[in-house]
Amino acid sequence: MATIRIPAPLRPYTAGSAEVPVAGPTVGEVLGHLTTQYPNLKQHLYTEAGELRAFVNVFVNDEDIRHLQGAQTPVKERDRLMIIPSIAGG
Amino acid sequence: MLTIPSAIFSALQAHGEAAYPNEGAGLLLGRVNGGDKAVVDILPLENRWNTEEQYHRYQITPQDALHGEKEAMRRGLDVVGFFHSHPDHPAEPSAFDREWATWPGYSYVITTVEKGRATVSRSWLLKEDRSAFDEEPIQIGDPAVRGARSQQSTI
Repeated sequence: MATIRIPAPLRPYTAGSAEVPVAGPTVGEVLGHLTTQYPNLKQHLYTEAGELRAFVNVFVNDEDIRHLQGAQTPVKERDRLMIIPSIAGG
Repeated sequence: MLTIPSAIFSALQAHGEAAYPNEGAGLLLGRVNGGDKAVVDILPLENRWNTEEQYHRYQITPQDALHGEKEAMRRGLDVVGFFHSHPDHPAEPSAFDREWATWPGYSYVITTVEKGRATVSRSWLLKEDRSAFDEEPIQIGDPAVRGARSQQSTI
């Protein structure tokens, strides 16, 4: 089963899990299942309009899904997904 | 409470001084223990914002953040927050810092660098409703010598 790595500040919303096994044919569906399993996680990944927050990046095996097929990127057995923030400020 | 070993704190401030008059930034690697965090090391990074604006902007790209997350994992640590410098400005989050804030729970350490010399460093946590930052106390000192008053100070 594929796994998704949860950044430290989001673990309070995944019952402390750093890695969560996930199922689903695409990244979009995997994230959908993840936020159904852990509903309090949703607001930290998505805006109220249901868009992935601008600073949230998802990598599949070290590849940014924005450079693949976005939410339609296929997820295979044993893929490793990571949620990574873009950081900026002034 | 955010605990930072003195040598690491010096390195964090030195990165801000080296970047002056621009902003310097990087990742805090460490461990989370309930509401407290212990920084074990820092990962200084290159400021990826365009050069002309770096005097008041910084950027850590997703690729750099991914590298940091993997480096933390390799060492059995986590990315517990970020640090950046404010050249000749207070060590408080700017409106732009709020606008670009990521998740509540990450520590944002901001260091004032005045005329090339690091002065005050303060840590900030985004509120759950993302409306503002609250200050998080910093304790400078090596956990191994905690209890030896002369070895640590709270700022």
